[in-house]
Amino acid sequence: MKWFDYAAPRSLAEALDLLARNPRARPLAGGTDLLVQMRAGQLDPDLLVDVKHIPELNELDCDESGTLRVGAAVPCCRIYEDKRVRRYWPALAEVAEMIGGIPIQSRASLGGNLCNAAPSADSVPVLIALRACCRVAGPSGERRLAVEEFCTGPGKTVLGPGELLVGLEIPPPEPASGARYLRFTPRAEMDIAVAGAAAAVRLTDGLIAWARVALAAVAPTPLLVREAGDWLAGKAPTEENIRQAAEMAREAAMPITDMRGTAEQRRHLAGVLARRALEAAIARAREAQP
Amino acid sequence: MTREKVRVQTTINEQPVEFLCEPRQSLLECLREILGLTGAKEGCNDGNCGACAVIMDGRVVNSCLVLGVEAEGRRITTIEGLARGAELHPVQRAFLEQGAVQCGFCTPGLILATKVLLDRHPDPSEPQIRRWLANHLCRCTGYDKIVRAVRQAAAELREVRA
Amino acid sequence: MSGKPYRVIGTRPVRHDGADKVTGRAQFGADVRLPGMAYGYVLRSPYAHARIRRIDTSRAESYPGVLAVVTAADLPSGPDRLVDLVEGTLPLSYARTNVLARDKALYKGHAVAAVAADNPHVAEEAAGLIEVEYEPLPPVLDVLEAMREDAPRVLEDLRMRQLGELTDKAGNIGEHFRHVLGDVEKGFAEAEVIVEREFRTVMVHQGYLEPQSATALWNQDGRVYLWTTTQGAFSAREATAWILDLPVSQVRVTPMEVGGAFGGKIRVYLEPLAALLSRKCGRPVQITMPRRDVFEATGPTPGTYIRVKMGARADGRITAAQVWMAYETGAFPSGQCGFGAICILAPYDIPNVLIDGYDVVVNKPSTAPYRAPGATQAAFAAESVVDELAERLGMDPIEFRLKNAAREGTRRADGLKYQRIGCVEVLEAMRDHPHYGAPLEGPNRGRGVAMGYWFNIGWYSSCVISVNPDGTVNLVEGSVDLSGTRTTIAMQAAEVLGLRPEQVHPIVADTDSIGPTAVTGGSRTTYATGWAAWEAAHDVIRQMKQRAALLWEVDPEAVSFDGGVFRSGDRSMTFAELAERLEETGGPVVGRGAVNPSSAGGSFAGAIVDVEVDPETGKVTVLRFTSVQDAGTAIHPTAVEGQMQGGSAQGIGWALHEEYSWSPEGAMLNSSLLDYREPTALDVPPIETVIVEVPEPQHPFGVRGVGEANIVPPPAAIANAIYRAIGVRLRLLPMKPSAVLEAIWSKEV
Repeated sequence: MKWFDYAAPRSLAEALDLLARNPRARPLAGGTDLLVQMRAGQLDPDLLVDVKHIPELNELDCDESGTLRVGAAVPCCRIYEDKRVRRYWPALAEVAEMIGGIPIQSRASLGGNLCNAAPSADSVPVLIALRACCRVAGPSGERRLAVEEFCTGPGKTVLGPGELLVGLEIPPPEPASGARYLRFTPRAEMDIAVAGAAAAVRLTDGLIAWARVALAAVAPTPLLVREAGDWLAGKAPTEENIRQAAEMAREAAMPITDMRGTAEQRRHLAGVLARRALEAAIARAREAQP
Repeated sequence: MTREKVRVQTTINEQPVEFLCEPRQSLLECLREILGLTGAKEGCNDGNCGACAVIMDGRVVNSCLVLGVEAEGRRITTIEGLARGAELHPVQRAFLEQGAVQCGFCTPGLILATKVLLDRHPDPSEPQIRRWLANHLCRCTGYDKIVRAVRQAAAELREVRA
Repeated sequence: MSGKPYRVIGTRPVRHDGADKVTGRAQFGADVRLPGMAYGYVLRSPYAHARIRRIDTSRAESYPGVLAVVTAADLPSGPDRLVDLVEGTLPLSYARTNVLARDKALYKGHAVAAVAADNPHVAEEAAGLIEVEYEPLPPVLDVLEAMREDAPRVLEDLRMRQLGELTDKAGNIGEHFRHVLGDVEKGFAEAEVIVEREFRTVMVHQGYLEPQSATALWNQDGRVYLWTTTQGAFSAREATAWILDLPVSQVRVTPMEVGGAFGGKIRVYLEPLAALLSRKCGRPVQITMPRRDVFEATGPTPGTYIRVKMGARADGRITAAQVWMAYETGAFPSGQCGFGAICILAPYDIPNVLIDGYDVVVNKPSTAPYRAPGATQAAFAAESVVDELAERLGMDPIEFRLKNAAREGTRRADGLKYQRIGCVEVLEAMRDHPHYGAPLEGPNRGRGVAMGYWFNIGWYSSCVISVNPDGTVNLVEGSVDLSGTRTTIAMQAAEVLGLRPEQVHPIVADTDSIGPTAVTGGSRTTYATGWAAWEAAHDVIRQMKQRAALLWEVDPEAVSFDGGVFRSGDRSMTFAELAERLEETGGPVVGRGAVNPSSAGGSFAGAIVDVEVDPETGKVTVLRFTSVQDAGTAIHPTAVEGQMQGGSAQGIGWALHEEYSWSPEGAMLNSSLLDYREPTALDVPPIETVIVEVPEPQHPFGVRGVGEANIVPPPAAIANAIYRAIGVRLRLLPMKPSAVLEAIWSKEV
């Protein structure tokens, strides 16, 4: 690896200052993507700014409104071990358990997964489905944006010079709602998703009040399929309606062919997984009904 | 860039340790090249095989994906720190008695991962064991005897802790 | 276990190197630390096929921290000759060229230069400063394409060996051989059912977890000292010496513990490079391959095209079999197609056979043995056809195989007549196993079976046993221990000497300290080196009987040894008691054994697999797996089970996940353990094992090597199971989800 310097700021202000003064610096959270890419020569920062000692990036808490605040550096293991996450955002806990294996989950963070901006990022579709938003800090202050706006291309995000993802905010779950992310990998674990689909729904009086469907690995970025969710709103959660919505997801997919899968296979899987994710989300919503 | 080495103070196998390293040196490199602790192995250097696994602050981590400088202030356990004097840890003994060691290259990482598993889940099911160990590749054993070893160690540790 | 009255054989002692392996104390190749040691990095060709016009190392040489740089110009280039480097005979120039490319890069990853520096990162940075001028050439990447007259030539000087004779035909075919038994035309004419199918398998890697690593010190006394991860200290010594044009005795190889090999660590890659760098800078140099180089620049196993045609009568007797098989051997010829030809029909007694085999070079890394080299690909084809034939005849797959099973006296396709073999016994054990008859309910589930064979080799081994005054013994042998053979060898000595296994202290020695011993491979180690230990142990007893005779003042012929006790008349002494008195009776007792069996009895293996297929995703889950194998006599049943389970898991990975993915330019796209998908603990079920024992007639304990045959059946067994699950036969490895989906979709069309 090429030489780089290392800094471990203790405050957000200090971190932002370092990033502002060093245009070739990159933040380091879990490092499970960053170090691999640096060793492969794909990235060569001059300075790594370790953000794991910054309080805001380490918080895992619910605020008064019941919103879950996940600091950008919180490792997956803390997320799935947290009783509140397991109870109120089980789909998020499941996703945190999917990324890599146990040693990866001790370090990798959802924030890092999002900033890495791989089309196949496993955490992003469910964050989109759950209407999560990002909290970004930078030279011109703080801003918030929906997760679906964060990734702009493979490996590319909206973060401008000197900007840092501080955390994610996931709204409190609505009554009778459920969410699920499913992915397809050739092995049981330890693989990059060939395709993935997340669904979140809310049921009211036996009908789907709203639905959100998002896909992984079938577009340059994780993909919110608005039309599928919008179409389901107000409809009964029947097999036929689910199938139709899944078909819309399949059509929205614009996958490429690479060594992990062909475009045709990915498109097909997007439909299958969207259907299965919707079924699972609806089942969860039914269970959650008072 | 300063091109200066960084001084790291950490705890390894319950001993205070201090060393000088380049920021680009992984914890794995520091353990193996600077501290003479060669039990952790490099199999892939990108987090996919688990042969480099050590315990850091109670969690299994791939030391190839931790920088040496990130070890500052942490508590690290390597395979060299598991046995008590001349006595093997029950996990180590179970691996031997069940024939879960063939070439032995994946063994240190697996044993440490097993220790953490049993610390947290004293009675794991077979699917739980396999899921926990999924990041640790073994090319020699087909995993069968490894799972048996974990179960033997679990049973023994439950008895001891009861 | 074996029914014979053995004390030690058949037990399960903890292995002698166990404590070191579980405490991290065991020293593997990259664990070597020598004072002043420098680190090497290898620069490799980015092109699959290119002329090398110019190499300029000046910028690397002047980079701060760099101690030495070498290229092919630093390798000797004397007159060429044929050498035998374990895997077959080939020109020494090929071996040298593979270590460092001279005029042409023959595969992506082909070594072009090496750098030594104080710091491995510095060595890597400096390697990036070496300027190489390449002239890319069109690469040859497909085995059938490579066989065409107009294909680009990989090796300009390669001449085809045709039916045993070297011709002057240039091209990419290294060899065409043929085996004939009887008359296949007549045989097919008698057949009432004929099945003919084509199969393809893709290159895969042995996938050992430990990358190659070698440390060399070119000492001021003119000797080269090597510490390396190798399957054969002696073969590594020879290869390195020949490549560097040194007398063999000037090289000492200390074999380190090996983190998996499976055939891929016989050939030398780094040893000559480290030695050259050490000579230039006067310090020890260690080179460890990064994982990417392990995939791109060591020795994976051939991809293949195989066509099998088999015919049988309605009563189930196979009347004829014809095979056309082409193996891509990478940049240099290998003998693996020949091995595949020996094994492909090995489980059967077929009177009429015709096999045409082709060894073909392509612009891919030079292939090397992988656990029963060549046999797994061959069995994938033949065992699928056998399964189809049985189905067409309405016969149970195992009954069909039993009806045609090879037995003692059956002729193998290459002409060898079997001695006592366990093919029938393995089939019967499969048939009678509860797994075979267990109900398998649920949609998209199916069960498949397949057989496999490896011929096993004998070859030379040495062993020395010295008696300690306390009645224990030191056992020095030269077989690198990949998986516990130092213990299985010690157990055989212990059995003869009336000792417990822990009373035998085995040491795997370096090439200065023990007589020549052939590689640990070919399933030979427990067999041949165990035999050498048996001989050495008997030599010890012979000598100790003489000492007892001296003490008792009787004729040595009047002394017996049984159950650990020397007796003559009513006098007796235990081994330990006599060991205490060796000094006074003439001095140390040192026993020797050296063997070179020309052949070894082969091992048959079988697999029963249950799978479930998800027809929407193409994913295949292995639900249940039973491995059956003939071990002759199982010295250490746990070790035998471990071999069966390990080989089965590799076979599952080969069947379902593993492959080299190639770019159109001949670059491997998935050279990491992320995308080269070896099975994890979640990808294989518990693997049940059944050890069958049909003792090998020559070996003193009846041992058959078990290291290899177990990898052969799984891919075919899984293909047969998938067929029963979803009615689709796959004829391409790997049977990954996209392939299964394609097969389902094309069936529906």
